[in-house]
Amino acid sequence: MAGTGKAHLRDDQNVLLRVEDLVVEFPIGRTGLKVNAVSGISFDVLKGETLGIVGESGCGKSTTGRAIMQLPSPTSGSVIFDGTELTTLSGEAMREARTKIQMIFQDPISSLNPRRNVRDIVLEPLSIWKRGTNAEQLAAVDKILEHVGIDPQRAAESKPHQFSGGQCQRISIARSLVLNPQMIICDEPVSALDVSVQAQVVNLLEDLKKEFELTLVFIAHDLAVVKNISDRIAVMYLGKICEVSSSDDLYRNPAHPYTDVLLSSIPVPDPTVAIKKISVEGEPPSPVSPPAGCRFNPRCPNASDRCRSEEPTLREIEPGHFVACHHPLTGGEVPVTVRSN
Amino acid sequence: MNQSEMVRSEHEPLVETIDVKTHFKTARGIARAVDGVSIQIRRGQSLGVVGESGSGKTVLSRSIMGLLPRNGVIREGSVRYQGQEIGNRSDKEMQSIWGREMAMIFQDPMTSLNPVMKVGKQIAESLRKNLGMSATEALAVAEKLLHDVRIPEPARRLNQYPHELSGGMRQRVMIAIAMACGPNMLFADEPTTALDVTVQAQILELLSEQKRERNMSLLLVTHNLGVVAGYTDEIAVMYGGKVVEKAPTKTLFANTKMPYTEALLSSIPRLDQPSHSRLSTIPGRPPDIVHPPKGCRFAPRCAYVRDLCLNEEPELQQADSPDHTYRCFYPVGSPEYLERRVELTRKGELVESEGSN
Repeated sequence: MAGTGKAHLRDDQNVLLRVEDLVVEFPIGRTGLKVNAVSGISFDVLKGETLGIVGESGCGKSTTGRAIMQLPSPTSGSVIFDGTELTTLSGEAMREARTKIQMIFQDPISSLNPRRNVRDIVLEPLSIWKRGTNAEQLAAVDKILEHVGIDPQRAAESKPHQFSGGQCQRISIARSLVLNPQMIICDEPVSALDVSVQAQVVNLLEDLKKEFELTLVFIAHDLAVVKNISDRIAVMYLGKICEVSSSDDLYRNPAHPYTDVLLSSIPVPDPTVAIKKISVEGEPPSPVSPPAGCRFNPRCPNASDRCRSEEPTLREIEPGHFVACHHPLTGGEVPVTVRSN
Repeated sequence: MNQSEMVRSEHEPLVETIDVKTHFKTARGIARAVDGVSIQIRRGQSLGVVGESGSGKTVLSRSIMGLLPRNGVIREGSVRYQGQEIGNRSDKEMQSIWGREMAMIFQDPMTSLNPVMKVGKQIAESLRKNLGMSATEALAVAEKLLHDVRIPEPARRLNQYPHELSGGMRQRVMIAIAMACGPNMLFADEPTTALDVTVQAQILELLSEQKRERNMSLLLVTHNLGVVAGYTDEIAVMYGGKVVEKAPTKTLFANTKMPYTEALLSSIPRLDQPSHSRLSTIPGRPPDIVHPPKGCRFAPRCAYVRDLCLNEEPELQQADSPDHTYRCFYPVGSPEYLERRVELTRKGELVESEGSN
């Protein structure tokens, strides 16, 4: 998959985050080999938008989320947040910048310090940055805890293990919100939760997004959840972006064969719906030696010789819908267009 | 297959639990993890056990298989395998059942495989122990098993360690180990929760294929109703240690009786809903099994709760068909349910999407 290409980037003054040609590689010991975790992807997120990044394990979606935060800094490429290039910032300036971009993680229990009480955990960002007096900080913490549905009184007396997984995720969200960030990167925030609790956390994120005017990057492998929360979705495969589209469009008209596979793999909670035969076999190849051409070609049912040699770039097949595929499922006849703006 | 098995009718349950209770002694008191569960699984049938964390679904499957800690457990009721009581057997007596008759695969394949033993040896181990095969014989069978679970290059994989395999591959190895001695009953405890969706679909497909080919019974434990919909014949929904609704899969989805089942179903985000649709949730948390609520255990979270629910515990009722049972005073579709539903819709508390089922 593709693709490289920036046809899908928008030239809008509302762009809060713009990532271009992001490459993250991890060397493997002294072997001279490297893991190509992210191989030159570009995307942007508008203010107030939710971008979903979806893909299987090892596709580079979490690495992308962390690279935005410079954790660690990408191998190459540019990350511009609110007009500031983050990749060249000094350590101290980056530390300051991170107050505006917060992150929440998959495992809510292990991302909270087990030996501190919950109120202190949420308070810590404020005390590190010395925001306000002690009393003001406590008031802010209690307010935010109430917002996420945690009783402040109980938070003051309890440690994380006394809360359920869903509640711990709420606490993580409270901690990420307490500095009033502009953007939150959610890395598989609901994957470890029961479906009923998952719905609560997704609804909470939607509410908080409105209330605090947040911009979200929502990373997950479950396309059903991503579709529900996102305005726009980028589908990743083996370090590349293969399709970018509005979330309803992506579901209605998946253009990339891989997106189609992802969609048809989601179990439908209805026994009368026949189980779709999955058209791909196996698992993604190793990112140490990714295949030439389109990275999906070894598993793709439609792969041709062209796919094995030439890497497709992202092109627009209908307004706002971009795909990096030589033989897309829809919009194949549309000539390659590059947006003039 | 021995003789007594052959004469047994297809309809007689392979595994049956009668009022099984598994309680744990904890510092806070007695935790009623499984509290009176009766289920039957016939040969070749698959049963899905669905519930939230803490509903007792895992403890139930472990109670049937006799995989419970020795201390601090209070067990009651009867577990029968092919008509014989196995609930009171010691670990030593269970040895002849584990592997050969019943096997289990777990959620996390990384922690359930031995990290310092080659994959081939781990599969061969149970073949040698249970079936008395020689080392070479067992390795040859192990290779065939890896082939059966669709692992490419099985001969090479035999000599690899678990860390050299992906998560999906490891789960396939777990399935190969479970299948090794040809069990009649397979327990799969959240077998795909740790896996990607595409791999999840492959593993579920593999499980149902193995079940068909071997005429094996399958108990699939999961929190995701979507996962069990396509792969089970029957579903038991558990809540607070009890089965609150049990029905053939199609009946359960088409004619849901228990408001809890309905709520679980509507909390699944659906692809056919537009993005940003409000997801319906189940307020609150699962019940405290040390001090379960008086009355219906779901009552404190139920949108259709009435006074009776808070004071009296509903018995298992029969729905339209004898194989469909539920525990609820005011099931989905009852006049009281409909009345409350109208109220909720008027107040805007009911999420629109529920109608799409």
